[in-house]
Amino acid sequence: MQALKKMDRSFRSNLVTYGMVLLAWLLVGLASSAGLISNSLQGQLVPICTYVVLAVSLNLTVGILGELSLGHAGFMSVGAFFGSVLWLCISGSVPGWLGLVLSMLLGGAVAGLFGLVIGIPVLRLQGDYLAIVTLAFGEIIKNIFNAVYLGIDSRGLHFSMSDSASLGLEAEGKVLINGAIGITGITKVSSFTAGVLLVLVTLFVVLNLVHSRAGRAIMSIRDNRIAAEATGINVTKYKLMAFITSAVFAGMAGVLYALNMSTVVAKKFDYNTSILVLVFVVLGGMGNIRGSIIAAAVLTVLPELLRSVADYRMLVYAVLLILMMIFTQSPQLLAARERLFGLVRRGKGPAGKKGEV
Amino acid sequence: MQFLSYLVNGVSLGSIYAVIALGYTMVYGIARMLNFAHGDIIMVGGYVAFIVMTDLGLPALAAILAAMLACTLLGILIERLAYRPLRAAPSLAVLITAIGVSYLLQNLALLIWGSAPRSFTSVVTLKPLRFFDGQLVITGEAVVSILVSAVIMVVLNLFVNKTKMGHAMQAVSEDRGAAQLMGINVNATITLTFAIGSGLAAVAGVLLCSAYPSLQPTTGAMPGIKAFTAAVFGGIGSIPGAMVGGVLLGIIEILGKAYISTQLADAIVFAVLIVVLLVRPTGLLGKKTNEKV
Amino acid sequence: MKKFLCLALALVLALSLAACGGSASSAPAASTPAAGSTDAGTPSASGSAIKIGGIGPVTGGAAVYGIAVQNGAQLAVDEINAMGGIQFEFNFQDDEHDAEKAINAYNNLKDWGMQVLMGTVTSTPCIAVVAESSADNIFQLTPSGSAEDCIAPDNAFRVCFSDPEQGTLSADYIAGNSLAAKVAVIYDSSDAYSVGIHDAFVAEAKVKGLEIVADEAFTADNKTDFTVQVQKAKDAGAELVFLPIYYNEASLILTQADKSGYKPLFFGCDGLDGLVAVENFDTALAEGVMLMTPFTAAGTDEKTATFVKNFKAAYGEDPNQFAADAYDAIYAIKAAIEKAGVTAEMSASDICDALKGAFTQITVDGLTGSGITWDAKGAPTKTPAVYVIKDGVYVAA
Repeated sequence: MQALKKMDRSFRSNLVTYGMVLLAWLLVGLASSAGLISNSLQGQLVPICTYVVLAVSLNLTVGILGELSLGHAGFMSVGAFFGSVLWLCISGSVPGWLGLVLSMLLGGAVAGLFGLVIGIPVLRLQGDYLAIVTLAFGEIIKNIFNAVYLGIDSRGLHFSMSDSASLGLEAEGKVLINGAIGITGITKVSSFTAGVLLVLVTLFVVLNLVHSRAGRAIMSIRDNRIAAEATGINVTKYKLMAFITSAVFAGMAGVLYALNMSTVVAKKFDYNTSILVLVFVVLGGMGNIRGSIIAAAVLTVLPELLRSVADYRMLVYAVLLILMMIFTQSPQLLAARERLFGLVRRGKGPAGKKGEV
Repeated sequence: MQFLSYLVNGVSLGSIYAVIALGYTMVYGIARMLNFAHGDIIMVGGYVAFIVMTDLGLPALAAILAAMLACTLLGILIERLAYRPLRAAPSLAVLITAIGVSYLLQNLALLIWGSAPRSFTSVVTLKPLRFFDGQLVITGEAVVSILVSAVIMVVLNLFVNKTKMGHAMQAVSEDRGAAQLMGINVNATITLTFAIGSGLAAVAGVLLCSAYPSLQPTTGAMPGIKAFTAAVFGGIGSIPGAMVGGVLLGIIEILGKAYISTQLADAIVFAVLIVVLLVRPTGLLGKKTNEKV
Repeated sequence: MKKFLCLALALVLALSLAACGGSASSAPAASTPAAGSTDAGTPSASGSAIKIGGIGPVTGGAAVYGIAVQNGAQLAVDEINAMGGIQFEFNFQDDEHDAEKAINAYNNLKDWGMQVLMGTVTSTPCIAVVAESSADNIFQLTPSGSAEDCIAPDNAFRVCFSDPEQGTLSADYIAGNSLAAKVAVIYDSSDAYSVGIHDAFVAEAKVKGLEIVADEAFTADNKTDFTVQVQKAKDAGAELVFLPIYYNEASLILTQADKSGYKPLFFGCDGLDGLVAVENFDTALAEGVMLMTPFTAAGTDEKTATFVKNFKAAYGEDPNQFAADAYDAIYAIKAAIEKAGVTAEMSASDICDALKGAFTQITVDGLTGSGITWDAKGAPTKTPAVYVIKDGVYVAA
């Protein structure tokens, strides 16, 4: 305890975050081997990891950089599609873990490239205009993947935007992406352990970025862009840095997600998914990485726990969502809560929490 | 001739987007929030009108009035219960709450009215106008929605610029705190804004369902997003901007489908939006605000 | 210290979740052989109920199909339970037409102790779930998952036609009866069902010498305005417009074609069934529309009439083909269970092995066809009939 206290506060806080993830992994592993985990929860472990990675990476854009993005699922789909295509092509010839890593590297890299290409023009915009442009980008990606046909045969890859017949594949050729039907026949390789590793890598990169010189520059842009610019901070560079990092991890999360299922379709990655991730970030606290992790895990499991109310499931979910927002964000309620518990806080209300990481 | 026909279709689709976008932009301009539930209020308006007209057998005018009344009350209720507690919270918190309200309305509608689509009887009795031997057809709904959106735009503009309440809205929009100090009841003004916006949503719902007569709990979702796009396109917060944005969006969508690709229609619309925003970062008619440190 | 409080809270939460999940799983596992009570009515004296799980969208945009399947299957289960003899317990879970949610629903049903799966309703979730059920060796019968991959593993069977079959048969029928020489197609390029039929139709049309003069798509996000697609079909001089889509969009296309004064012959597949039942729909618009479908609610045979009557009494609306497929699915499962001598005490895996063999031997006289048999791949053999809508009712063509 003494030793812990001597450490840097943010470093200690980071350790707690890592510890929390590791502990969750350990507990789930133990419970699983003891047969205590339901099929339902077991099936959600990889999606939870996916959403945690998505929430943490989106928090970098929304919470740390302070720019609203409604197209996070677009990066996820780029990763998912590129990663799964690679995995389909190499699945026979490499071991599963290596295939997963290679797919993730490719998926993350391509998503990062998209982040760069989109980020350069788009990050000049601000506020709700940036939000709508990212939303538009996500919808464009979805539309395009819905119309893409890709096949492989002995002569190589074939690409078309009209239908699978126009690929002109040889008899033994295989259709990799089949338009709206998407990618099918993926061999599952994602596992909870892989998911936890990705979460840890994401945390490591994001937390280190945030606590570095670059991270402070990014946060200064959030707090006052003009002042930051005046002090000589290269706003475009740091904005891009945060945006691209966010995109890379969204792409990797997409690969993790896709290789956990036998099929991927573009429709999954629409603005609803982007908004879902945004809900995790806002509910967990803007800029609060640990909050994102908890919110993503809890809100992914919640709709499943509500299955007992059958027909009213989504209705109850909607009501809970509204109530949670009011109870965690309403300034009056926050003030009342502070008075009630008499807790001493470093900063007041959500505005003060903004800088917390 | 073909081109003219597409253009007319585009304008008629766009005018419906415009009516929805007017409500969107109105709420955004004054309350500074993206009301994602706007599209679902449209759907509620559609269902109320359907019930009054088809189930109760009352005339179309009664249906429109009932839908407006119901949506206005619904808008006030939502604002009071879900948005007001978050008035001083970060704008993102309100955005997420609006999404929650959107889910809530959709799922309530699903439980109350069921999932089966219903066919809406058009409130417009005007016969389609046919020109050039039937090669160019302008539907009655198109004529009516263009007129209605233009009238709403003019009236709203007059209301905001010429009346006392309108001035109060502008003041609240510009600086909430200062407006309060000047003796403006900010809460009442924002409630009024929601009431007007939701009333307009009811009109939009009736027009949308008249032109495209299919009513389901999800009916409002996609037009809502499109209208949001239209509002941003024209410069969100600007009333003439919403009108221009809506009509242009409709034209681009139809021409994109006609001459480029029906599969990628939405991608084309959004791509044009991105290009426009890159050239004019606050939309076509949006106000440029000077940034201060 | 507050951080530790946070952490402690998180841990408690995580543990309680794990505990919740744990208890939820162990309880049904222990009680699986016991008599079911929730939905099954009164189990017969002879034995306990076999647990049938169902998955489909009951919320969201595709809810109309999932709810139809849920209701159709529930009706069949209630009838079977009322007969005495084999007893079923039925549990239907929502998947929101999403693959991830469908897998969640599947796992939830496994926790409940599902022994046979009737689902899923839509194709993409079905492809995802079939990979899981095949790994677990749980028998799966999809009422309406029509993409080819839905029944790829050997534990999966289906009740409906496959999409390519419908496309091919439609093209054959149109060419065989010389309905038209110039054909336009309007299809939903974002929907697996529609794309599947479309691709096969276009390929077969080429073989049969039909000229496709307009091949127009729309997407799920862009399905209110069809003026462009209709205009293009009209300008290309198409005499017949093929609509491999669902009835809701079709009703909009019919309305918009009527307004623009275009009156070709419209021809659709089983997705068009339900068109005239849309509340407040002007059936005059559907006059002359042809559709190839194994089931219509207007069928005059005794079986269909009774089903429609009971369905209306229970749920207040006309059943569509999804409800009929689900109803047949439950009866097919019953027939196979009787054939294989499956009992409620058997494990899901043993039941799967027994049913896989039994399904290829049974013959079912259902709503969607009489004398339906299944091949080892899981596809049914049945013949669709072509109907014409005249004065708002289906007439055999």
